[in-house]
Amino acid sequence: MSGRLTGKVALITGAARGIGRAQAVRFAEEGADIIALDICGPVDTVVVPPSTPEDLDETAQLVVAAGQNVVTEIVDVRDADQLQRAADRGVEAFGGLDIVCATAGITSRGMATELSTVAWQTMLDINLSGVWRTCKVTAPHLIARGSGSITLVSSIAGLRGLLGVAHYTAAKHGVVGLMRSLANDLAPHGIRVNSVHPTNVDTPLIQNAAVAGAFRPDLDREPTRQEFAEAARTMNMLDSPWVEPVDVANACLFLASEEARYITAVTLPVDAGSTQR
Amino acid sequence: MTGLLDKVVLVTGAAQGTGRVHCQRFADEGADVIAVDVPAVADELRSTATEVEKRGRRCAAACSDVCDIDSMTVAVEAGVAALGRLDVVVANAGIHPPGAPTWELTEDEWLRTLDVNLTGVWHTVKASVPSMGSTGGSIVIISSTNGLRGTANTAHYTASKHAVVGLARTLANELGPRGIRVNTVHPGAVGTAMVLNEATFKRLRPDLLNPKAEDAAEVLKARNLLPVPWVEPVDVANAVVFLASDEGRYITGTQLVVDAGLTQKST
Repeated sequence: MSGRLTGKVALITGAARGIGRAQAVRFAEEGADIIALDICGPVDTVVVPPSTPEDLDETAQLVVAAGQNVVTEIVDVRDADQLQRAADRGVEAFGGLDIVCATAGITSRGMATELSTVAWQTMLDINLSGVWRTCKVTAPHLIARGSGSITLVSSIAGLRGLLGVAHYTAAKHGVVGLMRSLANDLAPHGIRVNSVHPTNVDTPLIQNAAVAGAFRPDLDREPTRQEFAEAARTMNMLDSPWVEPVDVANACLFLASEEARYITAVTLPVDAGSTQR
Repeated sequence: MTGLLDKVVLVTGAAQGTGRVHCQRFADEGADVIAVDVPAVADELRSTATEVEKRGRRCAAACSDVCDIDSMTVAVEAGVAALGRLDVVVANAGIHPPGAPTWELTEDEWLRTLDVNLTGVWHTVKASVPSMGSTGGSIVIISSTNGLRGTANTAHYTASKHAVVGLARTLANELGPRGIRVNTVHPGAVGTAMVLNEATFKRLRPDLLNPKAEDAAEVLKARNLLPVPWVEPVDVANAVVFLASDEGRYITGTQLVVDAGLTQKST
């Protein structure tokens, strides 16, 4: 199987690195042109090192290296107007839109009752409302096409609760509700909407002192990658501490492709079995 | 690359319908096939083998009933002896018997359905797992949207299709350490003889004297989110191939729905 997205145009948020970059590259390898959006900067309440314009440039170079065209825009999914303009410019450049991946997301930590209001609101604004805005500004382009596929990147935390991330879990569950309603809304237009639910993915969102440290409360220092891996491995059914960005991208590729033409409103875990353990 | 080149796939219910298409799709991806079905459809099973061979792959066909553990063990051993290994198992064999209210189902109807759709899957896995390698593998069990929700007059079918989800979830826990992944696929109506038959047409269109496929299609289409009455066998096979391929290497214990939105349609 190759050329599974030949002639298609895909818009991806959070495309500077991690899962978003893997989607951009994997889709390009299968023949899609890419509209790559990212905030390329810090977000209040988030301790993960921010993505940068250089990261987004590197994604663009990888798409070009795969033989496809790319448009990049620095955009914050909290800003509806900015997002609208960026999406419209990208669609104008390529003459249409077929695939949307709402991938942009953040992590932060705190027990449910101890979260600050700003941490709670920022989480919802990006991980849930940002996804809604992404769908809102792109859906008309898909409707104009009369077909398309939207994939929302949720999490295992969209299917079950996790300790110390109530706001993240609420937002990621909210994404499932959004997905299920949107699938009903857009089905008459031939547009499919699904969500994917990764376990830990080997990206900057987990490879940092805050997340790694939460997995190793027994250590009074920042755990090494190896020490983090030992603890993370126990979450999963398969003998792996985390999955790679390309594994999530492959699931999104399948959902976006013709092979999944009758798959809509599903929640697809890419979780090494963690939700069933 | 899907990583299925030169792998060996066992498919039950391989003689016709979706089972045959599984065999064709895996052969398209470069796999050899152990095709199993009951003796009553031996001729159709030979046609499946021909389809696989036309694609340049080998097919070991075995007439064996999933209800009979001894015959399944013999079929797996013969297939592995012929093709050299076993990497993927697709437990596809199943029946969709006529429906009735739960309290009117006969003992025979109830037990026969469980025997094929549930115990048959367990037999398939039980016979296969010892032959699967130590370097990983994939088991895909074909359930149904009735494995996720109930519908009237299908207690035996619905119970059997729910039960294989429990089986898969347990197996996924047991086989994860060996790198063998276990998932279920949940098709809605599929365009095969199991759905496209006169009895089903009449059940779906009691208002018509001689309902045809297109009359049934109207009813089925109205149940789906997407404007199609049923999915095609290849759509189910594509999902199975995805799960069995390297692209699904970290997907286990999952229920993948291929139903044109049937189970999520709001009324």
